[in-house]
Amino acid sequence: MKKNIKKCFPLFMLPTFAAFCIGFIWPFLQGMYLSFCKFTIPKDAEFIGLDNYAKAIADPGFRYSFLYTAAFAVVSIVFINLFAFAIAYLLTQNIRGANLFRTVFFMPNLIGGIVLGYIWSMIFDGILKKYETFLLAETRYGFWGLVILMCWQQIGYMMIIYIAGLQSIPEDMIEAAKIDGASRWQTLVRITIPNVMSSFTICIFLTLTNSFKLFDQNLALTGGMPVKFTDAGTTVNTTEMLALNIYKTFYASAKTRGLAQAKAVMFFILVAVLALAQLRFTRNKEVQQ
Amino acid sequence: MKEKASVGSRLLTVFFTIISIIYLIPIFEVLVNSFKANAYVNTDTFALPNKESFVGFGNYIKGMTFGNYPFMKSVFFSLFITVASTALILLCTSMAAWYIVRVDSLFSKIMYYLCVFSMIIPFQMVMFTLSSTADRLHLNTPWTIPIVYLGFGAGLAVFMFTGFIKGIPLEIEEAAAIDGCGAITTYFRVVFPMLKSILISVGVLEVMWIWNDYLLPYLVLDRTRYMTIPIHVQYLKGSYGTVDLGATMAVIMLSIIPVIIVYLFCQKYIIKGVAAGAVKG
Repeated sequence: MKKNIKKCFPLFMLPTFAAFCIGFIWPFLQGMYLSFCKFTIPKDAEFIGLDNYAKAIADPGFRYSFLYTAAFAVVSIVFINLFAFAIAYLLTQNIRGANLFRTVFFMPNLIGGIVLGYIWSMIFDGILKKYETFLLAETRYGFWGLVILMCWQQIGYMMIIYIAGLQSIPEDMIEAAKIDGASRWQTLVRITIPNVMSSFTICIFLTLTNSFKLFDQNLALTGGMPVKFTDAGTTVNTTEMLALNIYKTFYASAKTRGLAQAKAVMFFILVAVLALAQLRFTRNKEVQQ
Repeated sequence: MKEKASVGSRLLTVFFTIISIIYLIPIFEVLVNSFKANAYVNTDTFALPNKESFVGFGNYIKGMTFGNYPFMKSVFFSLFITVASTALILLCTSMAAWYIVRVDSLFSKIMYYLCVFSMIIPFQMVMFTLSSTADRLHLNTPWTIPIVYLGFGAGLAVFMFTGFIKGIPLEIEEAAAIDGCGAITTYFRVVFPMLKSILISVGVLEVMWIWNDYLLPYLVLDRTRYMTIPIHVQYLKGSYGTVDLGATMAVIMLSIIPVIIVYLFCQKYIIKGVAAGAVKG
């Protein structure tokens, strides 16, 4: 049997393998190499060592976008997971219309990031107009605007995962707690939450990587505006997240492509490390329960 | 005690009804504003259309040709790219996953770990090199971009399929082999039909990703000739000189209505698919 399948390698494996080489392996390796080069197109690459990385670390816009992204990630992880869990918990309390509510909360998930960004920029501008200002006027509007947008989009998604977790808790466990005289709050904290720890792992992991990789919504909502001038005379886009900063470094000028690729490599390492650390940390916690 | 609980649950229903309505306001506002003349969208965003501002389906008619690119063309390309790429991904990666699970070689192992690895790579890492590679290989048309999607999207799909196939008992396939089935017939007659539920889950995830994807087609496609819906919306709003908000809202509305309709009919599968993807990821 195994031999038979192996003979069919060209049919079963080759299409995926070839496309994977074109769509992932080769671009990844070339990207790695180009981060050490000066180039405008891959052909004229000239090896310059770690120069790009040094420049990336010294770039105030890149540093700013890192801190901005981290701040955004922390805030959105807290809000999204808090609301998503609360909604999931209440919706699993045998209430009428739970399915309909679930349908509504999940819906924004199906709308693409670009479209979402423009829907919300219209709404925020409409609200801020009453206070005679607009979305791009201040950094904090853009920041909280993006937090609200992401909550609107992601709460429904995380809610689904929490509901799945909550429904897998055995009924009799909750029942037993009730008989033992545990209050609702005690049951929630002592029984329910420890039992959905794995859902927390997944959701926190997803919100974390989603926040760090966020691009479309950021581009469409503020595009990095407003701009701030630093003392050194350079400019910093104050609502620009890492992915958008890298994108702009690539395509705003052909001269900075090496720098952009170095930023992209650092970004990749950061996302990978975060994902692994997070997974490890929460997995450990689960075992202890 | 019982009565108290039911009062509480009724209050919760009321509470969630209010929250749900608030939740739908943004979509409602898009709908409302898509019937208003451009000037009023910005000045009276939350007002309902009145005699002065109401333009009927004017914005929708305008939206069709607005921005020198017919909107229906973008809809067609979005639809084609999503369907073709998803079909290609489902067919090729499920075969590859079966090969990986059943042929226990070094190549299979390396391929599997590379797929898992590719899942955590942010697109920005390969963005520039991927688009230049696609350009050089002439993959920059809607007819060939499914190959790019297969390559970049293979990771998650292979990962999910291998997880599922590992749970299928080998005996079934062995029985088929004894009955004289070759690898190809075994796969298409025996294995593939058993994958139905995971095919739906992966399919849902791929459709949601590709339909809404902006950056990959934006960088890979020849933009002067081909646009998808997200590219079209970004083009109208982002780089176009005079922005017509009314027409933009009409275009946005046109792009989300089909999604919502599909969602209402297939929500069981969509929610299941999303949950499966999340748990595996």
